[in-house]
Amino acid sequence: MKTFIVNALLVITALLTVMPLVWMISASLMPTGEATLFPPRFLPSAPTIAHYRELFTRMNFGRSFTNSMIIAAAITLFSLFLNSMAGYAFAKLRFSGRDRLFNLLVAALVIPTQVGMLPLFLILKSVHLVNSYWGVIFPSMATIFGIFLIRQFMLSIPDDLLDAARIDGAGEFRIYWSIVMPLARPVLVTLAIFMFMSAWNDFMWPLIVLTDSARYTLPVAVANLVGEHVQDTELMMASSVLTVLPVLILFLALQRHYIAGIMVGSVKG
Amino acid sequence: MGPGAGDVAMNERRAAILFLAPGLAIILLFFLLPVGASLLLSITDFDIYALADVHNVRVIAFRNYSQLLGDALFWKALGNTLYFAAVGGPLTVIVSLAMALLVNAKTARWKPLFRTIYFAPVVTTVVAVAVVWKYLYHPKFGLFNRGLELLHIPPIDFLGDPHWAMPAIILLSIWKNFGYTMIIFVAALQAIPEELYEAARIDGANAIQQFRHVTLPMLGPTFVFVGIITAIGFLQLFPEPYVMTGGGPVNATLSVVMLMYEQGFKFWKMGYAAAVAFLLFLVIGLATLLQLKAQKARV
Repeated sequence: MKTFIVNALLVITALLTVMPLVWMISASLMPTGEATLFPPRFLPSAPTIAHYRELFTRMNFGRSFTNSMIIAAAITLFSLFLNSMAGYAFAKLRFSGRDRLFNLLVAALVIPTQVGMLPLFLILKSVHLVNSYWGVIFPSMATIFGIFLIRQFMLSIPDDLLDAARIDGAGEFRIYWSIVMPLARPVLVTLAIFMFMSAWNDFMWPLIVLTDSARYTLPVAVANLVGEHVQDTELMMASSVLTVLPVLILFLALQRHYIAGIMVGSVKG
Repeated sequence: MGPGAGDVAMNERRAAILFLAPGLAIILLFFLLPVGASLLLSITDFDIYALADVHNVRVIAFRNYSQLLGDALFWKALGNTLYFAAVGGPLTVIVSLAMALLVNAKTARWKPLFRTIYFAPVVTTVVAVAVVWKYLYHPKFGLFNRGLELLHIPPIDFLGDPHWAMPAIILLSIWKNFGYTMIIFVAALQAIPEELYEAARIDGANAIQQFRHVTLPMLGPTFVFVGIITAIGFLQLFPEPYVMTGGGPVNATLSVVMLMYEQGFKFWKMGYAAAVAFLLFLVIGLATLLQLKAQKARV
């Protein structure tokens, strides 16, 4: 009996959880107007990809998709290098004031990013980076969370291994690149997924810094589309699917690594 | 003889500086420096004229703050944001704990599958799912009102009614976020030693007593961590009202961040907006401190 209740609850909540996503996909495939019929229908009568086609041909969503891809890929790549270097230094290199500096950084995690957005915009404007990919990429190339994630993982790499390499005459960069980085592969995968997803899903900063619609990332393009095509339910759903599906697929493919990252993040409450 | 210990330490120090420099430079330049500059900006009258010519900026000390504290719209936004965080945050934590217990139950089947499903909304794009929910809440065609109809409840204009708009956004946020905290709770639950439950059972504790006297106390630190990250996240409410309601109806869903965005990037009253940003920072700092204090008081 208890088994039945537990599993029934699991199934019901799972259905409720996926319902909005399933409806999103279903409505995106409905012929125009079908999502706003009364009484509402849940499945398309004749599935069509017309709305996706319209997004790419008339709404310039291919451009936004490419923008999102370029920005998220660049942020992921840069942040892998910068965060792993800093995280390595905090975990394995001995220098005075190391732990104090690290704790200071971690304390800064409570500062909401919005606090700095106004001056950041003015700074980027003064160096002509507003409305450019770099305006979005630069601020995310290194993050406190990323450094924290890498450091926690690299603490477990034995010092003896690095010292042995030093005695063999290996330079510090060589040690980082050919000994530490291969060992850190699991956490690098985790960080890569994290960075890609947060860059892909980010909204507020791209909304502020990308002023020209040719530069819009997908979330900004979708928010813009709501303003103009709010009546066009099926088209809106297609734009949502296009935005959500890539990260959802990425998550389903690599969820083990992603969830491992959350665990590391929560260890040091 | 190889290199002396002093040389090695020196080398490591130099290497450390080189390794840290690029990452810390980015964080300093694009995050910490702007945060400091924001404080300076908030004591100026930086506006659209200053944007055209910096010479138009004047230092006006705390006038932005005093003006802000007298602005009914700011209090409305702060009230809305606190309402959203104070109701939505705890509800998210409760739902995620309940789901963690359910997923973690010994009799539960297909655990990885359910965990994946509950987690899926977390990775979705807020803007996109906010659009989806906007339609789900439609007074006539939305699935929510379809559900109410089956229960013979008259339709509700969720996003058009000032009393319902914020609860509607809260429900979306619970759906979007509970999976994240659920995963953290699952890990914490699995870390509780089985012996504690055995000892409690030997003492005659039933399931509810075991939950109260073993599970809850053992989850203490997790509650603090989850409480803090949830509060910080919820106090930054922005994309949902931006997409779903535009802050309406009658400012019922206007949040502090949205106020900052509108003042700063729509009306270009950047000095004023910086003051808003700093008050938000203050609120988030206070919320974090309060929870840390509450934790200390309990121990």
